[in-house]
Amino acid sequence: MQQAARTRDGIRAALPLAAAPFLFGAAFGVLALDAGLNWLQAVLMSATTFAGSAQFAAATILDDGGGAAAAIVAALLLNARYVPLSIAVAPIFPGSRKRRFLESQLIVDESWALAGRSGRFEYGILIGVGLFLYGLWVGGTALGTVVGDLLDPEAIGLDAAFPALFLALLAPYLRSSRAVMTAVAAAVITLVLLPVAPPGVPIVAASLAALIGLRR
Amino acid sequence: MTAWLVIAVVGAVTMVFKAAGPVMVGRRDLPPRVASVVEVLAPAMLAALVVTQTVGGDRELVLDERLAGVAAGAVAVWLRAPLIAVMVVAAATAALIRLF
Repeated sequence: MQQAARTRDGIRAALPLAAAPFLFGAAFGVLALDAGLNWLQAVLMSATTFAGSAQFAAATILDDGGGAAAAIVAALLLNARYVPLSIAVAPIFPGSRKRRFLESQLIVDESWALAGRSGRFEYGILIGVGLFLYGLWVGGTALGTVVGDLLDPEAIGLDAAFPALFLALLAPYLRSSRAVMTAVAAAVITLVLLPVAPPGVPIVAASLAALIGLRR
Repeated sequence: MTAWLVIAVVGAVTMVFKAAGPVMVGRRDLPPRVASVVEVLAPAMLAALVVTQTVGGDRELVLDERLAGVAAGAVAVWLRAPLIAVMVVAAATAALIRLF
């Protein structure tokens, strides 16, 4: 009962985000067709990978004639951040191994970040937001393959809305000096590596900033 | 064929990445030193996401309308605005600058 209420809270928290996965999903559907995927492949990729940046990277590389290996490496580097993200949120998943495997697939940047908005991760919010975004992402992709671009997400500034959301969700963590040091170190690592490392690597490297947690 | 290969490999490995924590770490209590690292993993990853999504490009730093939008969003965060207001302020700022 309590859990269902939290799930509803999660969906409510995600409502303002609804336009983005839908529009970006449609944009991915359009790009996927350009890259030589058919509609079924585009929808299946959204349903199984469920990670926007990696899917865009893979489809862009295929579209440019870059080949399967390059597309796979780029997408997996971008998604490697899910290892530290899922470790951070691991203790909130209940039930059997199989159930944890299935429900962990609902971890995406936005569901993960919103689940931690009170300063500790909440299972109901992660599941609620995750399911909601999953439906929009897969549905948006399907629609994009049929009707084409709906609306350019960048024209309405959605690409600036997400980093601002993550900044807002970072703020509550910054009460302890250790968290401030970690966040600053992570930001510096990311900034330094962005111009020199392949996309995705800077975020993974930034997780090393958490070693500051070892300081007493 | 290429498409199926990419979809299968990226999908399967991404599923393993996402399951890494909940399946392998699960609910067991971590040793205190590991727990203190995991505790600050959230702010580290959030900060990294903010930076990549604000100035990230293809192996370059890109200073564009996103930065102005996020700066406006930061002011909203500082004023303790609700999440939705932060996002709207950031999006509207970036969109308006693009318009002119």
